[in-house]
Amino acid sequence: MHMKLLIIEDDREASDYLEKAFAEAGHQAHLARDGETGYALAGDGDYDVLVVDRMLPKRDGLSVIAALRAKGIETPVLILSALGEVDDRVTGLRAGGDDYLTKPYAFSELLARVEVLGRRKGRGDVETVYRIGDLELDRLSHSVRRAGQEIVLQPREFRLLEYLMRHAGQVVTRTMLLENVWDYHFDPQTNVIDVHISRLRSKIEKGYDKPVLHTVRGAGYMLKAG
Amino acid sequence: MTARLPAIFKTTATRLSALYLLLFALCAMILVFYTTSLSVRMLTGQLQETISDEVPILGRAYQRGGVPLLVRFVEQRSRQPGANLYLLADPQGRILAGNVEALQPGVLDIEGWSDTPFLYSRFAAAEAEAETANEGHRAVAFVMRLPNQMILLVGRDLGEAERLRFVMRRALILALGFMGLGALIIWYVVGRRALRRIDRVSDAGRRIMAGDLTGRLPISGAGDEFDRLSENLNSMLGRIASLNEGLKQVSDNIAHDLKTPLTRMRNRAEAALAGDKRSGEYRKVLEATITEADQLIRTFNAILMISRLEAGYSAEQTGSIDLTAIIADVVDLYEPLAEENGVAFVADAAANASVTGNRELIGQALSNVVDNAIKYSQGHGENPTVRVALRRVADAWRIDVEDSGPGIAEADRARATERFVRLEDSRSQPGSGLGLSLAKAIMGFHGGGLELSGRDPGLCVSMTFPDRKAD
Repeated sequence: MHMKLLIIEDDREASDYLEKAFAEAGHQAHLARDGETGYALAGDGDYDVLVVDRMLPKRDGLSVIAALRAKGIETPVLILSALGEVDDRVTGLRAGGDDYLTKPYAFSELLARVEVLGRRKGRGDVETVYRIGDLELDRLSHSVRRAGQEIVLQPREFRLLEYLMRHAGQVVTRTMLLENVWDYHFDPQTNVIDVHISRLRSKIEKGYDKPVLHTVRGAGYMLKAG
Repeated sequence: MTARLPAIFKTTATRLSALYLLLFALCAMILVFYTTSLSVRMLTGQLQETISDEVPILGRAYQRGGVPLLVRFVEQRSRQPGANLYLLADPQGRILAGNVEALQPGVLDIEGWSDTPFLYSRFAAAEAEAETANEGHRAVAFVMRLPNQMILLVGRDLGEAERLRFVMRRALILALGFMGLGALIIWYVVGRRALRRIDRVSDAGRRIMAGDLTGRLPISGAGDEFDRLSENLNSMLGRIASLNEGLKQVSDNIAHDLKTPLTRMRNRAEAALAGDKRSGEYRKVLEATITEADQLIRTFNAILMISRLEAGYSAEQTGSIDLTAIIADVVDLYEPLAEENGVAFVADAAANASVTGNRELIGQALSNVVDNAIKYSQGHGENPTVRVALRRVADAWRIDVEDSGPGIAEADRARATERFVRLEDSRSQPGSGLGLSLAKAIMGFHGGGLELSGRDPGLCVSMTFPDRKAD
């Protein structure tokens, strides 16, 4: 899955690194060093995701996003910021951002989030049944089957699996899970998510020869067939 | 002291003293002038009455016996001690009889009351007690023209009134002098005293600024405004010192706790570079490095968050939040971890508790506390248990997180919530040592508190939320 990204970031070293890292991950990234250029490029180009730093020369990130949204450009935006308070996140999302990441961040986290954002475009949440290999999740009847066998899950496990299946084939980080399944944005001291995952894994993989829930080292998890 | 003088003139005390002195002097002067003029007028009135009584008598004498009788009357009355002034003159103004030797010219030309006091002198012989007979005296008089055009003057010496005026003026000058002197003394004593105390405070301030943060402003014990000021400044200094101490401690801890993993990272990278390794080994080293770096980032974020919360200027959004729901979330989040670690996890949060706060922050605080509780209960005792209970205490909601771990010795409890403090027995446990301090900072931000108390066995962490809606 190849994506075209626009990175609006004034820190030369950081943006050059991002460009290279995204290229290695198979994506094409364009750079803009200030808000004005970023706004112009984002308005013209057909980007899959915008990565916008909050503090930019000429025009700050939030106003760029707000202006783009006002123009009817709905490209998903991930905001990068050195400001990490809960409020900053809320303000950022309210300005039209779709996701928010605080510096310093791990590139794997950024990549995972950008890929999720890029895939979201054009793919609605309209499906009622998710299928990955022989694993099947019905959102309406709240039931999960593997190879036709019913698997009983706790409500939270169901939501965890639902999120993983919606983003099947993509890396999903622990913080993304905490944010989307539990709706908290803090950083737990112990990796509680891992325990939830291993519980879920034992339910959906035990007795079946093929693993579906994979651990991506240094990044998170990925649900995929085979 | 001469060097002090310019300073003392610039003080508020000096300005106030001068102003008061001026005001009081003005008042005293007005008072004295008013009383003097009133007394003098009254005295003059009395004199005029005496004269008015005399004039008809002399007039009658003239009607009865003509000039000779009048002359006799005048001569006779003139000789009495303390007599009025009498003078009989011919139409040309030549003195015929009486006890007046000379008169200011023009006095006899105006009939009736002389408007202004005039100068006169008395016959020395007639005035036995007068030592200063030849000097000019001042008097008021009534002048009348007799039918035969002769002029009769009856007057009274103004000596008494003059003396009164003199005495009053002297009193005024004396009073003003004393007042000025008093003001000067008070101003000097008060002003200098105030100045000295302020100087002491400034000196202490300078010393403290020079770096001696343990220095405190002197307190005289008089309990006056200077003491109050000094006390407040001292408590401010205490707060600054404790913040400073905290800062110092944090930098020490950062130096220690962050340097260790950084050194480890560096050494690992160095070791990886040395010698030929297979790519799989490099991979392992790099992965370990990333893990370590992530932990460092996490630690930094926690430090930043604590500082922001403690500084109190954080504008985190607050609203009405449901503590019961947060407890349910955290329990849900940690239940598998507890189970995996063989710790029973019990929650008792039936009450419907709503407080004002930030859901994210409270969730984080509670999860840190629960995380700790599970970590320390694990493998400790027969039935390791962590119990989360929501309780109503007076005007507050309290979440108690009780564990069955080794607990914390009473002496160490206060330190346990300090930044980076990992009590010796827990050094081996993973964690940044910031969990409880972050939780405490979050509780502080919500106007609540976090207290540790002992259980047997174990520890109870109580998070208290003041119920702001009750206000």
